[in-house]
Amino acid sequence: MTTPAATAAAPGAATTIGLANVVRSEWTKLRSVRSTRWISVLTVLAALVPGAVICARWVAGFRAGQESRLGFDAALTSLTGIYLAQIAVGALGVLVISSEYSTGMIRASLSAVPQRRALLAVKAGVFALAAFAGGELLSFITFGIGQAILHGAQAGLSLGSGPALRAAFGGGLYLTAVGLLGFGFGALVRSSAGALSAFYGLLFASTAVLDLLPTRWRNDLIRFMPANSGSQIFTTVRGHDALAPWAGIFVFCCYVAVVLAAAFVLVARRDA
Amino acid sequence: MIEAQNLTKRYGRTAAVDRISFTVRPGLVTGFLGPNGAGKSTTMRMIMGLDRPTAGTVRVNGRPYGQLKRPLHQVGAVLEVRAVHGGRSAYHHLLCLAQSNGIGKRRVHEVLGTVGLTDVAGQRAKAFSLGMSQRLGVAAALLGDPGVLVCDEPVNGLDPEGIRWIRTLLRRLAAEGRTVLVSSHLMSEMALTADHLLVIGKGRILADGSMGSVISRVASTTVTIASPRMDDLLPLLRGAGATVRSSGPQDAQITGISGARVGDLAASASIPIHRLDEAGPSLEEAFMELTSGSVQFPASGGSGQ
Repeated sequence: MTTPAATAAAPGAATTIGLANVVRSEWTKLRSVRSTRWISVLTVLAALVPGAVICARWVAGFRAGQESRLGFDAALTSLTGIYLAQIAVGALGVLVISSEYSTGMIRASLSAVPQRRALLAVKAGVFALAAFAGGELLSFITFGIGQAILHGAQAGLSLGSGPALRAAFGGGLYLTAVGLLGFGFGALVRSSAGALSAFYGLLFASTAVLDLLPTRWRNDLIRFMPANSGSQIFTTVRGHDALAPWAGIFVFCCYVAVVLAAAFVLVARRDA
Repeated sequence: MIEAQNLTKRYGRTAAVDRISFTVRPGLVTGFLGPNGAGKSTTMRMIMGLDRPTAGTVRVNGRPYGQLKRPLHQVGAVLEVRAVHGGRSAYHHLLCLAQSNGIGKRRVHEVLGTVGLTDVAGQRAKAFSLGMSQRLGVAAALLGDPGVLVCDEPVNGLDPEGIRWIRTLLRRLAAEGRTVLVSSHLMSEMALTADHLLVIGKGRILADGSMGSVISRVASTTVTIASPRMDDLLPLLRGAGATVRSSGPQDAQITGISGARVGDLAASASIPIHRLDEAGPSLEEAFMELTSGSVQFPASGGSGQ
């Protein structure tokens, strides 16, 4: 063995956790598992392909004179793939934390960093930054490809217009928030299957539950549902029963904040 | 140094660990023994701050684990065989743990060499055999060159070579002045590895002392004799205070008397002796004696495990 003889009660006590160390560690964790790469590839495909295909169909429709340009949302059309990509990003958010519990890795992680809330915060932060960087890049590229295609029928937008820029930026922002929602459920539920169900349940099934309410209430509430509210940030034509873009993403972030807050409260209390 | 005081863990109304107090000292291998379900793993998880005690405290180097900063420099633990994300390579598993405590890549390569995993460091942990996984766990525990080591069943499922490797390693770490706490339910292995014993049953400490003192306290020397005239010999020995454990027509196992005394008594009565063996009590016997009242699911007619 190459270790030097240790002093018996090696105090060697550091006085700080060293958050930069934990950030490096979490970045290594994120990039060193295959699931991250696979899901990233899926996210890219899910975002790029549908937008391009649908933009091309609109262009064909415009040229043939079959489609009206009235109320056409060029930004949203090019970013259609975000709806699909959110499924993958959310799953990644869930797995980043739930896989630590399902594999037992969490016990090694907590032995190395017993400050649980700090560990969870850094893990969430590293994932959010990665999702934001990747999400923005992907959203702008998707937007660019879509608009280039739409230009074929003079229906494209340029980033020079305020709403267009906000929508392209908003696509990445929404993906990041969805990823964090998945992360929150992963940390809260801890089993991958359970967390994925809860995540998809809130994102997609919550609207179905609203149908149980009287129609008037339902129509008042539907705009506040997670997917409906959050996705307004990448639209440029506002639906009549929709929230405004920034109000929408704010409502969505409130859902994320509630789930994350619950996860942070419980992580320090529960047995690992 | 690990110190527990009135440490308690209850699940509902069942106490898995019931107000136990002990100190694990440096320079020795302390064996943590108990039947399955006795509370060993729960205690070790509380030491590592993974489970919260219902009551009482446990401190490592004077502090609750949760208050240690960059604890890998102070405590190394092998708590479960596969506390590893199977999709990550051995190298990256160790690297991310090392980085979190400010430990460099060179040390990662060093511990990989120490446990003999250098050649497979790039392979995903999922593909590792039980023995390799166990070595990876040990490598993680050694990363920060800690003064305290906590190992839960480290030899479980290992082949003889791996068992010997762990034993030698733990003994060397203790000889270097470190505190080593190791749990097992394999008595023969513990007898070879541990200097000090902490025996737990049904969540209570049953014995806490040096290997020799624990064994001699609860079990005694057995004398095996063979003689063609057992019927004459046994009453004589009983009269001298011996207890007959088992006897056949021509042989018997007795306790409570020394082999020399048996020989003397037989000679004075002119009873021929064909065989006379004296065997010190084994850890296994002592363990069975200690835990006989605290085995969760005793096998009828057998001796537990």
